[in-house]
Amino acid sequence: MARMKFLCDAERCIECNACVTACKNEHEVPWGINRRRVVTLNDGKPGERSISMACMHCTDAPCMAVCPVDCFYKTAEGVVLHSKDLCIGCGYCFYACPFGAPQYPQVGNFGSRGKMDKCTFCAGGPEDDMTPAEYSKYGANRLAEGKLPLCAEMCSTKALLAGDGEIIADIYKERAVRRGYGSGAWGWSTAYKDKATT
Amino acid sequence: MSMNLGRIVRLLSLTLALFLLMPGVASFAQTPVPPGPNTLTGPDVSNDQLLLQQLQGNLHGRVSIPDQKSAMLIQPEGQDWRALRNGTLKTVSAVVLLGMIAALVVFYMVRGKIRIDAGPSRRRIQRFNGMERFAHWITAASFLVLAVTGLNLVFGRWLLIPLLGPEAFATMTVYGKLAHNFLSFPFVLGIVLMLLIWVRHNIPNGGDIAWIKVAGGLFSKGKHPPAKKFNAGQKLIFWMVVAGGGVVAASGYVLLFPFAVTDIAGMQLAHLVHAILSVLLIAGIISHIYIGSIGMEGAFDAMGSGEVDVNWAREHHSLWLEEELRKGKVKGPAAVRGVPAE
Repeated sequence: MARMKFLCDAERCIECNACVTACKNEHEVPWGINRRRVVTLNDGKPGERSISMACMHCTDAPCMAVCPVDCFYKTAEGVVLHSKDLCIGCGYCFYACPFGAPQYPQVGNFGSRGKMDKCTFCAGGPEDDMTPAEYSKYGANRLAEGKLPLCAEMCSTKALLAGDGEIIADIYKERAVRRGYGSGAWGWSTAYKDKATT
Repeated sequence: MSMNLGRIVRLLSLTLALFLLMPGVASFAQTPVPPGPNTLTGPDVSNDQLLLQQLQGNLHGRVSIPDQKSAMLIQPEGQDWRALRNGTLKTVSAVVLLGMIAALVVFYMVRGKIRIDAGPSRRRIQRFNGMERFAHWITAASFLVLAVTGLNLVFGRWLLIPLLGPEAFATMTVYGKLAHNFLSFPFVLGIVLMLLIWVRHNIPNGGDIAWIKVAGGLFSKGKHPPAKKFNAGQKLIFWMVVAGGGVVAASGYVLLFPFAVTDIAGMQLAHLVHAILSVLLIAGIISHIYIGSIGMEGAFDAMGSGEVDVNWAREHHSLWLEEELRKGKVKGPAAVRGVPAE
């Protein structure tokens, strides 16, 4: 079975934020929560690069390791998902995550954290696939429909790739060879202990 | 007409500005940005590392969403925090807490319950008034719940999920978190009250050295170093609870109000400080509970009824008793029974 991964080609990302918008719309993500974001480094300077970042669905996921109620699980395709029924909103996954992926609605006392929300690789949650219950908590389950994550699907420059890790790494390598350079598969060494370099 | 004029002015000023900035731009462009993947570092270095070098490790960029903290692209420190929380913290907590309990069990088996050497006199003297006991018990009660719900976050996943199942455990833990958040307030009230009421009795002085030298007579039967209202051991507990508890509370509030005070690195640090200090506090309080209950005859009365036996006071707080006797604050057996002696 394919091991699902994200890869953002920083040489191609033009910071249009379509991935962010697509994600918010596809999953009806509430105001204040961003499952995906585009970060621009070296903004306005030579060497400026933009990278679209979300949950990387790490191999050895730190969120999963530190969760005090053990609400995370990994699918057969390597997608890291969690149960909002179990989540207590403690924020530990946010402390541990290298990518700032976990998001929390501000609810309840002290404006503190509600149940965590994050990128699902468009794969829903523990509820039955494509049910209203699943949609209301986790958004669409495109993987169950045989589709890939919408953010990557509609990336205009194909900077953001999502899918079988080996295939997207090959695509990236071919690009880097063809153009002679590449700034690297962002976060891959952190998320997958893997370089995917040229 | 005026719009055209405005446009011309703007165009002119832009040209001028560009012209003036030219030297600056030129010097900026001189900063070498290697176009190829490995021109700087050789073939063995990943491209991640290369760009990291270019950015000199600063992965803080710019985002166009309101959440400015999300401008941090990657924070590798999370891995350190994970290692400390899942490894060091758990090990240290288990060793400290089990070690303390084991030490107390051994102490009880060797030393037994510390009796009043002279036996109970049935004459009683007030040691703690209502306000003092209120301050003590509001701290104690909230601390117990805070400790249990806090330990649940460290060990619950490994100890309780196998017993209760994930759903029941998550429900319990979410209420535990609520209790932990809310009971912090009475806990802080308690330590503030205790600080105000007792701080003047807890300033270390020369007498404490003598007390520490004989370990308070804990390990030697019949040895009772003189002490005022609080002996050196109690002073230690006092400062541990007031100062340690104060830092634990402060670090807890940093976590309770995410990003209100500090950034993610600050919150990781606050969590570790909170957890480690709490475990030390819990261990200290276990010994405090032991000596105040099954460990010593007559000790519980001080915080129970507030009145202690005069012989107990003579053995453990001789200087304080003398002071109180001079003030004539001792109650005879008659007063205890409420029947006048014949």
